[in-house]
Amino acid sequence: MKLDAQIPEGPIEKKWDLHKFNLKLVNPANKRKYHIIVVGTGLAGASAAASLAELGYKVTAISYHESPRRAHSIAAQGGINAPKNYPNDGDSIYRLFYDTVKGGDYRAREANVYRLAQVSNSIIDQCVAQGVPFARDYGGLLDNRSFGGAQVSRTFYARGQTGQQLLLGAYSALSRQIGLGAVKFYGRRDVLDIIVADGQARGVVTRNMVTGLLETYTGDAVILATGGYGNAYYLSTNAKQSNASAIWRAHKKGAYFANACFTQIHPTCIPVSSDHQSKLTLMSESLRNDGRIWVPKKQGDARDPRQIPEDERDYYLERLYPSFGNLVPRDVASRRAKEACDRGRGVGPTKLAVYLDFADTIKRNGRDWIVQKYDNLFDMYQRITDENAFEKPMRIFPAVHYTMGGLWVDYNLMSTIPGLFVLGEANFSDHGANRLGASALMQGLADGYFIIPYTIGDYLARTKFTPMKEDHPAVVDTLSAVDNTIQKLVAVQGNQSVDQLHRKLGRIMWEFVGMSRNAAGLKKGQGEIRKLREEFWKDVKLPGTALEFNQELEKAWRVADFMELAELMATDALHREESCGGHFREEHQTDENEAKRNDKKFSYVAAWEFKGVGTPPKLHKEPLKFEYVTPSQRSYK
Amino acid sequence: MNFTLKIWRQKDSASKGELTTYYTSDITSDMSFLEVLDKLNQELIKRGDDPVAFDHDCREGICGSCGMYINGRSHGPQRGGASCQLHMRSFKDGETIVVEPFRAKGFPIIKDLVVDRSAFDRIMQAGGFVSVDTGGTPDANAIPIPKKIADVAMNAASCIGCGACVAACKNSSAMLFVAAKVSQLALLPQGQTERKERVIAMLAQMDKEGFGSCTNTYSCEAECPKEISVTHIARMNREYLKAVLS
Ligand SMILES: Cc1cc2nc3c(=O)[nH]c(=O)nc-3n(C[C@H](O)[C@H](O)[C@H](O)COP(=O)(O)OP(=O)(O)OC[C@H]3O[C@@H](n4cnc5c(N)ncnc54)[C@H](O)[C@@H]3O)c2cc1C
Ligand code: FES
Repeated sequence: MKLDAQIPEGPIEKKWDLHKFNLKLVNPANKRKYHIIVVGTGLAGASAAASLAELGYKVTAISYHESPRRAHSIAAQGGINAPKNYPNDGDSIYRLFYDTVKGGDYRAREANVYRLAQVSNSIIDQCVAQGVPFARDYGGLLDNRSFGGAQVSRTFYARGQTGQQLLLGAYSALSRQIGLGAVKFYGRRDVLDIIVADGQARGVVTRNMVTGLLETYTGDAVILATGGYGNAYYLSTNAKQSNASAIWRAHKKGAYFANACFTQIHPTCIPVSSDHQSKLTLMSESLRNDGRIWVPKKQGDARDPRQIPEDERDYYLERLYPSFGNLVPRDVASRRAKEACDRGRGVGPTKLAVYLDFADTIKRNGRDWIVQKYDNLFDMYQRITDENAFEKPMRIFPAVHYTMGGLWVDYNLMSTIPGLFVLGEANFSDHGANRLGASALMQGLADGYFIIPYTIGDYLARTKFTPMKEDHPAVVDTLSAVDNTIQKLVAVQGNQSVDQLHRKLGRIMWEFVGMSRNAAGLKKGQGEIRKLREEFWKDVKLPGTALEFNQELEKAWRVADFMELAELMATDALHREESCGGHFREEHQTDENEAKRNDKKFSYVAAWEFKGVGTPPKLHKEPLKFEYVTPSQRSYK
Repeated sequence: MNFTLKIWRQKDSASKGELTTYYTSDITSDMSFLEVLDKLNQELIKRGDDPVAFDHDCREGICGSCGMYINGRSHGPQRGGASCQLHMRSFKDGETIVVEPFRAKGFPIIKDLVVDRSAFDRIMQAGGFVSVDTGGTPDANAIPIPKKIADVAMNAASCIGCGACVAACKNSSAMLFVAAKVSQLALLPQGQTERKERVIAMLAQMDKEGFGSCTNTYSCEAECPKEISVTHIARMNREYLKAVLS
């Protein structure tokens, strides 16, 4: 199959408008005849489900959470971008587009990114209309702050709880539609596979997590808005349940997986403290606006940081990148922190941390000012570390945070399976090789509120559907395949718990497919992943039965899928013989240790076709053309 | 550190439950309470026993999944945090810790510490929104909102829907949860059009779900992980009176 991204003709600022005009419409009275299944009700899924129901479609929304309000999106802290230019500092749609393409290290599609920047202003309008309480200034107008990778203030925020407020906004819109009967919501349902009939995505198989019973839901199109796969590393800032199963199963059914190795390691997380650690906590990157990052100049300097005089500190980001300073993009900040620790200048008990220091800002603006801006973050830090960051600098270290890779989608957000659409972090679309801060919330809501409502109509209007019944062979076969796999899992009765095996996978991934990678390590990693996968299927131990509330079984299914996806991540990283954004190959760096791209050979999206577990996947390339932003060595000096 | 844990075990909604005693050792003070449960569960799985079921996800106090009644208090001894934010340094070495689910008629038990809080969703569906469709909204800065008011609205909006208020209340009242939403939208200009219908509908649904009424004991405020103030309940009461009287 040839990849066609369906990018519309015309100048970049007209593409989306022209495209919308050319899309086929479904007549209002016919909309209720179409049934759309939305999997996932985080920002992307909830906004899509609500908007589609408002248009008149029949919508079924499914989530493994008891309520849409519990989705991982709720945890986003820092903010959401939009080039409103309220601060009058020279922002524009074009500048946001430019920053995002550059921030992504020239591995994203220009047309998609431009559209994202274009619709982002409407997101802010929409959220305010829903009653989202964004931060305001004393004149009562909306306040902005700046985020890594940008020199303008374009980030809207609600204290350190922006994701919560945006999700509650989308959740309220969705609740309204559920109340009106336009959306049926099924919570505590785990989608375990996608039903593809006659080449079209027509439904899903779920496990009712309370009773353990398998169920099927069928319709005319399926939307996956199931989030990212950072938990392949076991320790990450993602919520504990975040997983890849829905997209991985879709991949196995024919959806290509794009840029699997593009993972974002976030620079400002609370360092790991012990082996019992179950997850990592992010300290919002917005803190880099007012905190200064440093390490002692002397190796192994174990003095209390407050005793270390100014001239014995290395504010390395300010030194290396005078114009962006502490606000360089995440990939750069993370790599430099690792480098400092690798050189023996790390701090804290494990020596795997750097300081983020607020002393100067507190001196300049006072403690109250910080409380206003970041209070809950300082609180959170104290709760976890038992240290007061007003008095002593925070200790931070990079952690896995976000996955830019995901299912390949065209400009309409449709995967290579007709009728299967993918939104939010689950798709690969807009962030290239590195996502800038405050742009995932933007993308999730852009996809859900302002893109899918148009593009799905075109698909529905152009497509002929045969009725789907419970006894359709595609339904029956998918259901029994899922059932068989569950039986197989329960029957292993080995010696290791799911968590034990998952931690092992995490260690392999962090060591060989982590912040910096090389060919030898990646090959070794692939081998170890394969071995571990075999070990999993021989030695996993599950308590209880499949026909009851069984959280270990839920985890086992997800970890089994991570074991397969992990190998693809390593394969993709190995094939990409260049460094770009979050993908740093040690063999490819400049004299100043910056990522060195190879545009001649790798200016493409790597879309992988599944060929069987343990069989090498087939690579398809979608060439990237840059007509507006000329790729150059990213410079934040 | 070592602890004795007495945990509510209940196979499913139809079964009877009971407190079961477990001993844990090798706990460090920087472990979170949920990490202690993780550790216990690993041991139970090893022995071939059923691990303790509990809801959790974000583990940073924002998703509202992890409601537990610990030593007689919603989310345990610390103020202003959820169960997942509780660290073992909050307990004394050797202490006995009793862990129960959030109990209320409106929250049926699913298994062990897991309860069904979908009643909260149905209250939201009754009116916890502003009726705007996607698209066609005015510029975000078209309506200035005084910072003071926006800040109070934000305080109310920070509710994580965990149900601690209900579990803490002797009447199992959901007033603080409902008031937080009613108050947020009553304070903001966006919420004005549906102000009356909203408060009436949400309270009616709250009653229907079997939550009790408020007798001003304020234990909800004391146990709320987001420290949401009972002044929002007062505001809701005023809203309700105005709505039914006009
Ligand atoms: C700590 C943290 C802070 C962040 N801060 C920011 C920020 O400040 N700004 C920013 O722009 N971005 C931020 N991000 C990134 C951003 O939050 C996420 O990328 C985004 O919220 C993802 O939204 P989503 O809708 O795609 O997926 P999610 O919110 O992850 O939702 C996934 C949904 O899918 C459901 N689901 C998944 N699989 C299945 C299945 N198999 N069956 C049934 N249901 C399923 C889940 O129940 C859930 O409803 C942050 C991320 C983290 C981890
Ligand atoms: S797990 Fe999310 S609030 Fe505790």
